[in-house]
Order: sequence, then structure tokens, then C-alpha cells
Amino acid sequence: MAELNPFAIPYDHKRYFFETLGLSERLLERCLGEALSAGGDFADLYFEAVTSTSLGMDEGIVKTAAQGVSVGCGVRVLSGERTGFAYTDDLSAERLLKAARTAALIASGPQTTRIAGFQQTHTPQLYPIAGSSDAEISAKLELIARADRAARAFDPRIVQVRAGLSDELRRILVAASDGTFASDTQPLARLNVAVIAKDEHNTARGSSGGGGRVTLDFFTGSKSPEHFAAEAARTAVLQLGAVAAPAGEMEVVLGPGWPGVLLHEAVGHGLEADFNRKKTSAFAGLIGQQVASSKVTVVDNGRMPGRRGSLNVDDEGNPTQETVLIENGILRGYLSDKLSARLMNMPNTGSGRRESYQAIPMPRMTNTYMLAGEDDPGDIIRSVKRGLYAVNFGGGQVDITNGKFVFSASEAYLIEDGKVTAPVKGATLIGNGPESLKYVSMVGNDLALDEGIGTCGKNGQSVPVGVGMPTVKLDRMTVGGTAR
Amino acid sequence: MNTAQTELTDLAAQAVEMARRAGATDAEAVAFEGDEFSVHVRMGEVDELTESGSRAIGLRVFFAAEGGQRTANTSSSELSQDGIARLVSGAVELAKVTGVDPFAGLPEREAFGSLAVDELALYFEDIDSVPPQERIEIAKRCEAAAMAVDTRIQNSRGAGFDLSTSRRVMVNSRGFAGEYRRSYCGFSATPIAQDASGTMQTGSWYSSARTPRLLESPEEIGRIAAQRALRKLGARRVPTCQCTVVFPPDVSRGLMANLLHAADGDAIYRNASMFAGKLGEQVAGENITLVDDGTMVFDHVLPDGSTLRAGGFGTSPFDGDGLATRRTVVVERGVLKELLLNTYTGRKLNMKSNGKAARGLAGAPGIGGGNYFLEPGELTQEQIVGDVKRGLYVLSTMGFGVNLVTGDYSQGASGLWIEDGELTHAVEEITIAGNLKEMFRNVSAIGNDLEFRGAGAVPTVRIEGMTVAGS
Repeated sequence: MAELNPFAIPYDHKRYFFETLGLSERLLERCLGEALSAGGDFADLYFEAVTSTSLGMDEGIVKTAAQGVSVGCGVRVLSGERTGFAYTDDLSAERLLKAARTAALIASGPQTTRIAGFQQTHTPQLYPIAGSSDAEISAKLELIARADRAARAFDPRIVQVRAGLSDELRRILVAASDGTFASDTQPLARLNVAVIAKDEHNTARGSSGGGGRVTLDFFTGSKSPEHFAAEAARTAVLQLGAVAAPAGEMEVVLGPGWPGVLLHEAVGHGLEADFNRKKTSAFAGLIGQQVASSKVTVVDNGRMPGRRGSLNVDDEGNPTQETVLIENGILRGYLSDKLSARLMNMPNTGSGRRESYQAIPMPRMTNTYMLAGEDDPGDIIRSVKRGLYAVNFGGGQVDITNGKFVFSASEAYLIEDGKVTAPVKGATLIGNGPESLKYVSMVGNDLALDEGIGTCGKNGQSVPVGVGMPTVKLDRMTVGGTAR
Repeated sequence: MNTAQTELTDLAAQAVEMARRAGATDAEAVAFEGDEFSVHVRMGEVDELTESGSRAIGLRVFFAAEGGQRTANTSSSELSQDGIARLVSGAVELAKVTGVDPFAGLPEREAFGSLAVDELALYFEDIDSVPPQERIEIAKRCEAAAMAVDTRIQNSRGAGFDLSTSRRVMVNSRGFAGEYRRSYCGFSATPIAQDASGTMQTGSWYSSARTPRLLESPEEIGRIAAQRALRKLGARRVPTCQCTVVFPPDVSRGLMANLLHAADGDAIYRNASMFAGKLGEQVAGENITLVDDGTMVFDHVLPDGSTLRAGGFGTSPFDGDGLATRRTVVVERGVLKELLLNTYTGRKLNMKSNGKAARGLAGAPGIGGGNYFLEPGELTQEQIVGDVKRGLYVLSTMGFGVNLVTGDYSQGASGLWIEDGELTHAVEEITIAGNLKEMFRNVSAIGNDLEFRGAGAVPTVRIEGMTVAGS
């Protein structure tokens, strides 16, 4: 993917921490010194300041308005394979040094590691920087009011509408004993619409949403409130007439975009370096081996402008990158952070992420997608005699160690004799990570990324991510419906 | 405990007072402080060690208006005087943009209440009595015991020991002030079993308590975790079929919690639940009685024969609105007797709150119960399995395929195959599906194995006529 720089104004992200929160390079060096005082071989400080706002319209009334502020610092010390960690929500020198001393205790001995001079990480500018202002609040209210109106106007069977807009501005500063010095300001916005449709026989739900590391302008184009509202309402009304999903192994066609959650679960998590370092992943030891059909190439790309999963730098201060995970079906690489890159003697892919200053970083995905193939999506459908066409999904989950993964379809149809026919009720699809993608027999030319709604959970930590995929046909996959 | 004396209560009271001075009709502040210790060991060595504390505050303000009230929330980790001032001014400003809601507002004065904090035994002074080095040892012992069970266990996801204490405070402008502390400690292990085919399977088990005196033996927990990994080995798929499914306690707990989620007053008033309009009606078989109870205190017998009382993990003196918690029979002999209501959803449904408000620091209170349990039956698990000609004994479920609006249920699963009343080989990469409305009516057996290992407890449950999708 070409590197773009649409936000050309240089911005000094660290000023906020130095001027508003009173940090200084001298203090950072003192804290790192304290952190390494018991003999650790690496230490870093992660400062974070997050302001978040959420507005919600419910039953046509703006019922909820909330703002939050969270500020703190996490101190990490590495000693061999061991991690010591402490955090504080009080950024006074006294409390920072105390946290550093606590984290230091993971090691025991005299100080051996010297602190390198800070070298500022060069960062791209993949996203705009916008703060909340009063003018923005009224613009946000207008957006959710439009979503509410549009969902109600879509169909008289829409009986309940909730529309919400959440956004945050996350400022980070990372300083490490290896000289890493990086800062970033990360916006994140998301518009959501959830509806209930009801007719004389059935009730159904529908939801839609989108956003990214964007300003409100994002919602003025094709990703308008009306777009998301119509999508939520359409899904709910469609579900009113859905028939039972089929049960058993069959041909499955996944639509473009969010169904890429398949990749996130089937291969993405299993390729995070921590699990492979510990040999607890079903993908451990499979580098260079065939794990998917030769039509499958999967990348993780943290450098896509404005995307929900994108980052100028990861939470360890390293630039993010585009990493090839699977190339023409062959497993090429893992997603790594500083610890796993060092212990596994492999390149750092800039994948160290953390939920907040209260959490330890670990290898995580950013935007994970399959590259486009050459098949026409219509041909893919026509090639199926009896199967499932799944175009939208709820969440997914994976057992890293045995490789089994699930993802739950929220909008799906039967395919009968090459034609998309009846909508079916939600059903969970299940597969085995290192096996399932071997059954990919057709890959569409219609790669799409999701709308910007993904949140990934791992070891209790949530981070925003993106997924994407073209239309894909799997020759077999198990569909968990109730119909024969 | 004298609730007026802590600094946290003062901060909350100050935020409420400042909001009132800024013109709010009513205000409510919740504040939280907590300390955590967490160690993770793997293959006998310390992997991660975390020790820290944090504090934060949340504020809700209300402004009376023609026809109702406007409301807004703010939360912050900045507890300086400037931080509190920003918390208050932010909430007051934000409330101007919200709509007038006829049902918004704090509870009526007479509704407030709290159980006696001391009698709930939620905090134990001896929580820190096990020194950090010993906590690390407990985790190591638990992992080592798991890895010693069988030569097929040579790797591990690790073991951990966690300890935390917290204090929670709530103050509002209608005279409610409450505060309580809680202590928690627990450990777990997750060994990995691997057979000749190279397939790996994890198994986890844990012990948790409000005081170290009530923790179980690390060796015993490690051995159970190992067995849970070993029994998954050799798993294969089964053909798609209709069959009986047995849910043991650690799986049935999540399944039967869907009865509570469907009785959530918020989902009910939005028509977003299959139980909307079903209050007083039969929603499950006559053998189903489900209770939500935020007041539970358990008598534990110690090794020396003495008894120690400790509050449940879902026990609290008051709910997120400041109402006393209580015991609620949600489903009695299959009839939906009560919904889970907070103050807001109670008003929406023209009913009274039954003390089920759940309040984080940010946002308005939602719905959340306390402890819950399904009334046990008479049968042992062996008897329940023994009656099954052909079916699935579930070891774990995966995924998000539960739709409470329609009741449609479809989850990934692993388990053990039952033939003629015997557990045979392990099964994986299958789904189980049905509709909760029917599943709750098709419970053909309930076990006598009710045991609280967390806030919820459900015995073994057997359900007829589910669809298993496999090869």
C-alpha cells in the first residue's frame, strides 16, 4: 500500500506531556535509571492521556452524554524473559519514581544497563488531530439525530432506534532505555446505530456502524448517518423473514469487508509472536509451510491512513509497518514486539500494543486483510450448488492453542444452484486455523476493508483493529444452524 | 466502618456539592480506589509481575426541566482540586445538550438503603497475609502439579496469582452516602497437553476467595487443570445430528445466565428480549427456578473445623443507584416472576426497581445482578449422563452466537461424545444450536452439583433435541 501523507502539518505530540503535564527529559531519564537500578536489561515509560466523549440518542431523546479523562504512566522493566510492571495515575516525580522502583524489582542485582540518549522516532501522519470542542458537540448531536430519523423513516416496522457517537483523543509518549523516544496523538471516532424491527409474528435486531482515526468530516461523505441507519434497519427487517440456518459442512462464500474477521481469528491471533515464542500456538513451527491455498495472501498493515487499526507508532514507540503473514498460502512471518523480537531473534514488526497505561504491551494486530484475487464475485456465487453466503458477522473467537475458531454470521443467505435465495437466521461458523484456509478455492477481485467497528480482546486487553477481505469461497466449512 | 471519614468519600461529597452549587438539581458521585498485585509464571519461572494502585471518580448530574430531567456523566482519574473542578464543569456543560427525559432522575429518598456492610464479610484484613514471594510460589506449585500429572503435558500457558483490594464510595444529593471495601485473591493454571498427533489442548482451573484462608490447594487445582486438558486429547468431529446435550456446571452457568439477560429490564422495555411482555408467563420448564441474590454470605468450614463467613463475589450492600441489594426469584417453576430492574427501567415499565443497578464510573447505571443460581435437582452427574443413549457432554463453548431478541442459539463447542450412557471420545470443531425459548423448556434433568466458584452457580443441566453440526 502506498504511503500517503494527507495531513501535512507537522505536529509536536510531546508538547502536551512536557508543557501541560510537566514532564521533562531529565525526569524521564531519572525514572528509567530507577527502573534499571536492580539490574533489568530494558525499561520503558509509557505515558498516556485519553479524553473521551460519547453521546447517545435513544427513543428520539439525547439520553446519554458522557465525558471521561484518564491520565497515567506505566513503567515496565524487562530482565531476560521476565517483565516487571507498575503504573500510576499520579504523574508527580515522587509517584513516577516509586512506580519505577516497584517495576525494577523483577530483577535483582546491580545496575548493568546504561540508558541510551533519546532518539526521536520519525512518525508518519496517518490521521488528523482534532480535539473536542463545543462546536463539535452540536455537530455530533446532529449526526446522531440524522441517524435516528433515517432509521425510523426506513420502514414502519422499525420500533426502536439507538444511535450513538463515541470519540476519543489518545496522547501517548514512550521513552525507553534503548533510546526510543516517540509520541503520538491518536483520534478515534465511531458512529453506531442499533434498531429493533417488529411485525405481527417476529422481532429482530439490526446494527451498523463505522468510523476510524478520523474527524467528524468522515461522516459527511458516503459514510453518512443515513448510510449506517439504513444498513441497521435493512438488516433488522430482513431478519424478520429469515429461515433457520443450515447445519453441517458445506460450501461457504464470505462477502467482502467485515467477514475478514475470519482472518483475524483463523490466522491472525495464532501468528502473534508471544504464543509462538512459547510454542502455545497451533501455528508454532509452521513458518515456510503451506497453511492456506495458494490463492491466499494475508497482510497486517498498521499504516493505512485514517483506519481504525492504524497507528503512527506502536505502544513501544516503534513505527508500524505492513507485514506479510501469509504469501500465496505459505506462512511467512509473525507479529512481534520488542520482547519477542529479541528473544526469538527476529525483526520487530511494530506490533507492540496495550489497552492503556495500566497494561503490559504484547504483540497485536492492526488492520488484517487478504489481498484481492482475480475472480468475479458473481462467478463465485454461481459456482456454488448448495451453500451459505455470509455477508456480515458479529464477533469471533479463537482457541490459539488448538487452532479452533468461530465467527457468528449476522446476515447470511442460502445459495441454491448458483443463486442467492432466502435470508437465514444468525449462525456460528467453526473451523480450524491452520486448515480452513486450505479450502479457499476462489478469491474475488473486490477487496474491501470493514467500516471501522472492530475491537479485539486478548488477555483482557481491548484494542481497536481493522479487518478486510474480498469475496472468498471456502469449499468446506461447518455451519452451526438447526435446519437439515 | 465510619463511612464519612475516608478521603474518597470527601472527594465524592465535594463533587456532589460543587455540582449542586453549579445549578444541578441533583448529583451523584461514585469513587473507586484499588490496589492490585498480579504475578504470572510459566514453566517454573516468573513471567510477569505487576503491582500498582489507581483511583478514579465518576459524576452524574441532573437538571430539572419542563416534563423531566436532563442528565450527563463525567469520569476522571485526576483527583486534584483542578481535576474535580473540571469533572463538575464538564458534566454541567454536557447536561445542557441532552434531552429532557421524563424518566430520568435519582431514586426517591425513601428508596435508598444499604445492607450492613460489616455483616457481608466482603473485606478481610488478612488479604495481605501471604507475602509476595509466597504468592509466586503458589502459582509455581499449581503449574508444577499440573505438569507432573502426565507425560503428555510438557508445555504450559502458565499459572497466575492475583490479589486485589478495592474501596467503592457513592454519595448523592438526596442524602445517600455509602462505602464498602472488598478483597479478592485467586490463582489458576493452564497446562497444555499434546498427543502423538501433535495436537495441543489447554485445560484451566482456578481457586478464588475473599481471603487466602479460603483458597484451595494449589496442587489439587493444578491436577484438575491437567485433567481438563488431557480429556480433550484425541478429539474428532462427529456427523451432524440431533441429540441430547449435557452442560456441566462450568458451562451451564453461562447458558442459564441467558435467562437473566433476557429478563433485563432495559432489554424488556426496548422490545430487545424474547421475554418482552412475558412477565407472569411460563418461559421455561417447571423444573427451572432461577434466583438473583446480591445479599449472599456463605459459611465456609475451615480445615480446623471452625466456620468462616465470607460474602459472595456478587454480593454488595447497595446497588448502582444506592438501593439496598436483595434476593429476587426471577424464574419460579418456569414462570417469569420478576425482571431485573434499576431505577430508570423500573420507571419506564411503571414498576419499582428491585436493586439491580450496575454502575461503573463512566456512564449511566445499567442492569446487573448479584450472585445467581439455578435451584439444584436430585440427580448426580453420572445419573444424568447414564440416561443418555447418544449425545454430547460439553467441555467448552465459543463465540457470540446468542441472540436474546429471537432466542436463537448457535455456539462453537468441544466436548465428550456420549454413547449408551458412557463418556467416550473427545469431540471438537462442532457447533451446538437451538432456540433458548425451547431449550429452557427442554431441560430433562438438573444435577445436585450446585457449587459457587464465582458469582453464579448452576448445576449440571441436560437439554433434549439440540442440533450438533459437524462433519
